[in-house]
Amino acid sequence: MASIDVENVGKIYTGGVRAVTDIKLNIADGEFIVLVGPSGCGKSTLLRMIAGLETISEGEVKIGSRVVNNIEPADRDIAMVFQNYALYPHMTVYNNLAYGLKNRGTPKAEIDARVAEAARMLEITQYLERKPRALSGGQRQRVAMGRAIVRKPAAFLFDEPLSNLDAKLRVSMRGEIKRLQRRLGTTSIYVTHDQLEAMTLADRLVVLNGGRIEQIGAPLEVYHAPASTFVASFIGSPAMNLVKGELHGDRLAIGPAMIGLNGFAPTSGAVTVGVRAEDMRIAAPDEDALPFRLEYTEELGAQRLIHGLIGDQQITVAVSPEIVLSPEMRIAVDAKRLHFFAADTGKRLPGNVPAEAKLAPAEPVV
Amino acid sequence: MVENRPFLTFLTHLILIFGVLTVVFPVYLAFVASTRGATDFMTGIVPLLPGDQLSANYGYLLGSGESTAGAPPFMLMLANSLLMAILIAIGKIAISIISAFAIVYFRFPLRVLAFWVIFMTLMLPVEVRILPTYKVVADLGMLNSYSGLVIPVIASATATFLFRQFFLTVPEEMMEAARVDGAGPMKFFRDILLPLSRTNIAALFIIMFIYGWNQYLWPMLITTEPHYYTVVMGIKRLASVLDGDTQWNLVMAGVILAGLPPVLVIIFMQRLFVKGLVETEK
Repeated sequence: MASIDVENVGKIYTGGVRAVTDIKLNIADGEFIVLVGPSGCGKSTLLRMIAGLETISEGEVKIGSRVVNNIEPADRDIAMVFQNYALYPHMTVYNNLAYGLKNRGTPKAEIDARVAEAARMLEITQYLERKPRALSGGQRQRVAMGRAIVRKPAAFLFDEPLSNLDAKLRVSMRGEIKRLQRRLGTTSIYVTHDQLEAMTLADRLVVLNGGRIEQIGAPLEVYHAPASTFVASFIGSPAMNLVKGELHGDRLAIGPAMIGLNGFAPTSGAVTVGVRAEDMRIAAPDEDALPFRLEYTEELGAQRLIHGLIGDQQITVAVSPEIVLSPEMRIAVDAKRLHFFAADTGKRLPGNVPAEAKLAPAEPVV
Repeated sequence: MVENRPFLTFLTHLILIFGVLTVVFPVYLAFVASTRGATDFMTGIVPLLPGDQLSANYGYLLGSGESTAGAPPFMLMLANSLLMAILIAIGKIAISIISAFAIVYFRFPLRVLAFWVIFMTLMLPVEVRILPTYKVVADLGMLNSYSGLVIPVIASATATFLFRQFFLTVPEEMMEAARVDGAGPMKFFRDILLPLSRTNIAALFIIMFIYGWNQYLWPMLITTEPHYYTVVMGIKRLASVLDGDTQWNLVMAGVILAGLPPVLVIIFMQRLFVKGLVETEK
């Protein structure tokens, strides 16, 4: 158990390519942190620097109170789960789990006890004598996690551990990782490009883009108050609608339409307006509304996504399947549900954080 | 082929049988000759059926050797050949697997250059560099010795290249997982890479053993003492007697004896080879 502090860390590869810039991140003991971002955003590089598999070009990484910049991965007291599992194909499951302990000179009896405990926890006891090739993808994933658990490290590092599994298994393994982490209380850093995985697993999310941190926060905080248009479009499915608009006093013009904001306007002039698909509804006849031209629909079962245009800007609205559709519709949205971003930098404009974001995240039931 | 016509079946078998006969007939002739007495060849007609001199010929060859031809007992030459082939095979594998390990897993200056220098020596067979090599070996005083037989041919660019290609297919995460698991480079090599390379090692052992066994020119050059003669040289000595007729029955017995060990190695190692192929998976 330990906290992890990442202080102003940067990574420059030989040849001068910069992958990570000035990352500052303090992770509390027992916290589950998810690094999320598109491919090439530096999330894996950051994780591998914490693991010690990449050298740290700038700044320092502390595990517990110890600076680990120049310490070998094996001595950092971390365990890592890899995307392709990286199990040793010629060793049985038992030996795969025991290898790290053997290398540390752990007594045989203790190795047996720890492997048995981890195997019980992951329900792989009956496979201990098998080789990895005789296991299914989900079982291999469990073995890879078991290899991390037996070591009882200060921190778990997960590098996209679920991306090789099929969709259904991914959901169940996701639940299992969360349950295990709660049970063991081990500090964890988890890298993924899947925003859903990130939302469901994280105590705190770290959204990365182009090697920099865009936003750190609890999943709901990030969801309800994205710090930039990048975060807004990355977190949440379907992605938040981002349209160009103009503020005139307390009124917002989007293309030809104009709606009142009830005092929520943060500034004036050109802005990027963000609104989630589920925050919009079909307008009542006497409401301020945006004219919407329907293009096509997507059925999700519980919801129906309707795609269309406001003026010449593409948006998506989530509506109940019962609602009758017509080619021309009027869409309403509460002014307090709108997100405003600076038109030039894409940064969130302050003064309009929705009330939900201030709620404490749901306490996990242990 | 999905076609199932009796005539085609007949034809394919005919071609196959013809192919097998072409390969086997000379070997059969050699065996028949090795069972005959020395006088059976005087007529100029090669006999096609085995004679009764089998144990006499082989016993004579293995035990005392053909002293008039200057060949020591075959037993000694077989032992020499075996020793040389095994040392060459093991040496080549040991050296090349370690160099491939260095080239693939370590980052050091001139690493790429080192690889290309090794790779370029693929183009230089023993025969091309035989004179300078002879000079070096002679200056080192290694003429007429086992080390002289083995060491000059012990490096192998082919094997280094093959091991390198294999190591490149081992996922990098495997090495990283081992690092996190507390295995240093040598431990990783011993515990992970070596077991994974089993099939490659078996295949290369077969190839290199036969390469070593078939060495002719090099042993011929550096051995002048019969004590260090190898069996392939021995056949040559049997065939070219100074005076009198060539003892074809003995030459053929020598050929058969020289041909047996590689066959045995293939039969024995192939099992290991196939077993490894079935068991290993990345």
